[in-house]
Amino acid sequence: MTTTKTVGGVLAAIAAASSLAASAETIKIGFISTYSGPAAAQGDQLDKGAKLYVKLNSDKLPPGVKVELITRDDTGPNPDVAKRIAQELIVRDKVQFLTGFVWTPNAAAVAPLSAEAKVPLVSMNAAGVNLPNMSPYFARLSFTLWQSAYPLGRWAATKYKRAFTAVTDFAPGHEAEEAFIKGFTEVGGTIVGSVRIPLANPDFVPYMQRIKDAKPDVLFAFNPAGKQATAMMKAYADLGLPKAGIKYIGTGDIVTDDQLQTMSDVAVGVITVHHYSAAANRPANKAFVAAYKKEYGEDLEPGFIAVGAWDAMDAIYSAIRAQHGKIDPDKTMEVLKHYKSANSPRGPVAIDPETRDVINPEYLREVRKVGGKLANVELETISTAVKDPYKELNKKQ
Amino acid sequence: MEALLSSAASVAFHGAAYGMVLYVISVGLSVTMGLMGFANLAHGVFAMAGGYVLTTALSRFGVPFPLALLLAFGVVGAASIVLERFLYSRLYTAGELPQVLFTIGLVFMAVAAARLVFGSLQQPVPLPDYLTGQVSVLGRDFPAYRVFVIAFSAGIIAALWFGVERTLWGAMVRATVDNRAMAQSIGIDTRRLFMLTFALGSGLAGLGGALGADIIAIEPTYPFEHLAYFLIVVSVGGLGSLRGPFVAALLIGVGDTACKYWLPQFGAFFVYAATIALLLWRPAGLFGRRA
Amino acid sequence: MSRGGSYAADHRVRAIEWLPWVAAIAAFFLLPDYLPLGARVLTYILFALSLDLILGYAGIITLGHSAFFGLGAYVAGILSARFGVADPMVQLAASALAGALLGISTGAVILRTQGLTQLMLTLAVGALCLEIANRATSITGGADGLSGVTVAPILGQFRFDLFGKTAYLWCLAVLFAGWFLARRLIYSPFGVALTGTRENSARMHAIGAPVYWRQVIVYTFSAAMAGVAGALLTQTSQFVGLNVLGFEPSGELLVMLILGGVGRIYGAFVGPLVFLVAQDFLSKQFPEYWYFGIGLLLVIVVLFAHGGLLGIGDALLARRRR
Repeated sequence: MTTTKTVGGVLAAIAAASSLAASAETIKIGFISTYSGPAAAQGDQLDKGAKLYVKLNSDKLPPGVKVELITRDDTGPNPDVAKRIAQELIVRDKVQFLTGFVWTPNAAAVAPLSAEAKVPLVSMNAAGVNLPNMSPYFARLSFTLWQSAYPLGRWAATKYKRAFTAVTDFAPGHEAEEAFIKGFTEVGGTIVGSVRIPLANPDFVPYMQRIKDAKPDVLFAFNPAGKQATAMMKAYADLGLPKAGIKYIGTGDIVTDDQLQTMSDVAVGVITVHHYSAAANRPANKAFVAAYKKEYGEDLEPGFIAVGAWDAMDAIYSAIRAQHGKIDPDKTMEVLKHYKSANSPRGPVAIDPETRDVINPEYLREVRKVGGKLANVELETISTAVKDPYKELNKKQ
Repeated sequence: MEALLSSAASVAFHGAAYGMVLYVISVGLSVTMGLMGFANLAHGVFAMAGGYVLTTALSRFGVPFPLALLLAFGVVGAASIVLERFLYSRLYTAGELPQVLFTIGLVFMAVAAARLVFGSLQQPVPLPDYLTGQVSVLGRDFPAYRVFVIAFSAGIIAALWFGVERTLWGAMVRATVDNRAMAQSIGIDTRRLFMLTFALGSGLAGLGGALGADIIAIEPTYPFEHLAYFLIVVSVGGLGSLRGPFVAALLIGVGDTACKYWLPQFGAFFVYAATIALLLWRPAGLFGRRA
Repeated sequence: MSRGGSYAADHRVRAIEWLPWVAAIAAFFLLPDYLPLGARVLTYILFALSLDLILGYAGIITLGHSAFFGLGAYVAGILSARFGVADPMVQLAASALAGALLGISTGAVILRTQGLTQLMLTLAVGALCLEIANRATSITGGADGLSGVTVAPILGQFRFDLFGKTAYLWCLAVLFAGWFLARRLIYSPFGVALTGTRENSARMHAIGAPVYWRQVIVYTFSAAMAGVAGALLTQTSQFVGLNVLGFEPSGELLVMLILGGVGRIYGAFVGPLVFLVAQDFLSKQFPEYWYFGIGLLLVIVVLFAHGGLLGIGDALLARRRR
């Protein structure tokens, strides 16, 4: 008995000593993003944000610990591909974290795997409200549409009486619409009409005409950023809605910083609520934007996608530090659940221990021309800590 | 009633603008398919190319707008001649499947090339000042650019119809569409005719793409996204006909706009449902020749 | 010789035809890390085989074959996620039935037309299916996808595991069954008549063969098979996304089949294998060039190598024999 204990003790001591002595412990992180196809620009931004963090923050790792990002291409919103890639990352490459995820369906398909294999999954961009519920090992540093649309609705009802909503007809659009309507009507506003616009839509004019005829005070719009958002704003201007006194507002997704420059002057004056703007004056943000441009070129603006990647890597690094490089999935989740940072480019960010979802600051912004370029200028801070309203509201029932 | 008339006018106007752009882009496809029997699914590539020529000329080189439009027509037309001589002509007798596959391959290549050269974001269209803003017609305000689109397209269409109805070239085209073997036997050089007509059709597509750049955004996935609409105009209108696609394009433009205005929940379904219905009723298209 | 595939005279299974199955089983033991990719290849082989039946053997060109694939995928997913039916055989049967129903209803209508009209109608049906799936969010999950799909262990024993072993063998078994049935069809008098339709439709009409009904039957069979392939994808991913519908999967499948060689069963085996493996290795290195490369490949195959890879193989063999 005593001999076994001694042997056991000696073995443990040797193990402890060797773990301290073992230098170059490499933590493998599986990074699933989109590198090909129409949405490659978004995946590319995610990649750039993550790699910038890794490059600049090697001092934040415990001594002797290195991080290896293993990147794989999901080729777009292809959940079957994402699942297969995740399987390979877990089984072949033996990753200890899974991160990335531009798309909600991809994250949803991988979530059961993270539960089965007990691999912590930190989503950088995927925003579907129910994602964190799909696996106890799921944490998120991105955002939800409710976090921006709901406060926007509440704010808008203090300034305008009648609203019309026009969203692209797909799941994120539905979420944005529901969130805005809830917020707007809660504070006493009236919704005079709602329309859902097909995703593959060449012409927004008939919808704008209908909106004009309904005579609202404000139009809440949601489209995927880029050509859709621009085309809708153009139709809005072309049909004389500004002259008719209808204000254009939306979530920050319609004026993302990286696409803003291609949107031309139709975007000026649009008011949005979002958790991040590249034009923000916070020192942490200025440093981030400067570093991003230094690394990737003056012409490239980071957007919320790059910030999602940056913050997720920060959270992962905090988990690595807390465990001194020896990753245990359950301990990781404990650390992640209590993650907080006051110095993110977006301001203060944290993870909600109850839901494992992100707690975002939300800002009211307006698109203005600053120094000849378009920028989302932050007008006021709506709140420094918005938990996902969808989960909050559904909890109370 | 006033409101109804007013919205009806707006729907008609905007539907017409959209329909005209569709027509200018698709008429080339109708003629080449009817003339050469060649299933060219890459037609959207020519429209996209015209759009890129226009936006690059306007943004990068500050070319005046009318010249940029002309460039879109000319550059795309010229490039299409090269493509026709070296690639398309090999497949004239190959049958439908190889033609479909070949043109799909071209689309893949064009989409990837566009993304590599121009990036995935849409191209901004800096219109000249005299075409922006609103004009007042009969008491209502209409966007100036769309008025221009309608007027200019009408001009192009008139010129085209005149050309096909009144010129020798037009007569040769009509003869070859009706009966290629006979046309060849009376001495019409069908090879040269194909080349010229293909160049004209593609140039028109480029012009249409440039003209419509403000309405149908120019970005790399353009040929895929709008392929269905161009094919619908041609198949519903009838291959080889000029008037058929015109009616079809207007029907689609106005019908799509009207449906989205009055029945927005069916917005996406209208075009496809109407196409299926029309094609089942008239498989050769509304004005098609072959049964 | 014909512009499509070969004329099938002898229906006995030649020795070389066992090669793919031997290779597949060898891969199971020799490449355990690649089984998830392998399952995907097997699924797409089944899908390509279904397309080959109508494209290669019946000569029907379609750009909307993903409608049946997607329908099968969603039926299997909905049965499980919304109705709790997790039995894999029931899921497959339901998907086959759904595919067949959609196949016969659209086929009966579409096959009365020809040429561009027919092509257009296949596109329109495909586009409609995508739009319906996008809209009916409560049933299909819409753009967010359908999660909560479970598949009961095969024969009560074999769970779909993390390593993809069960998935691989299951896909292999289903593919085997599909291949067997397709082969029976092709080598039967029905199949011969079908080839006749492809070669010279007017002649077939002239000899009084019921061309239209033959086409409808094979279209329905092909649709059912595509539906089963879709169900397989759902079972191996335990998720359904909108990416199973629309022009992209139809277009990619066409490329895979052409690459392998149309109108000869094994083109449907070679094409997806080469395409998907190449995509897995190459697209990561050169994502944009991959897309360009596919287009270029298609153009080259059409211009210079009609029979795809197997056609090239045939030509090489013929040259050696001389």
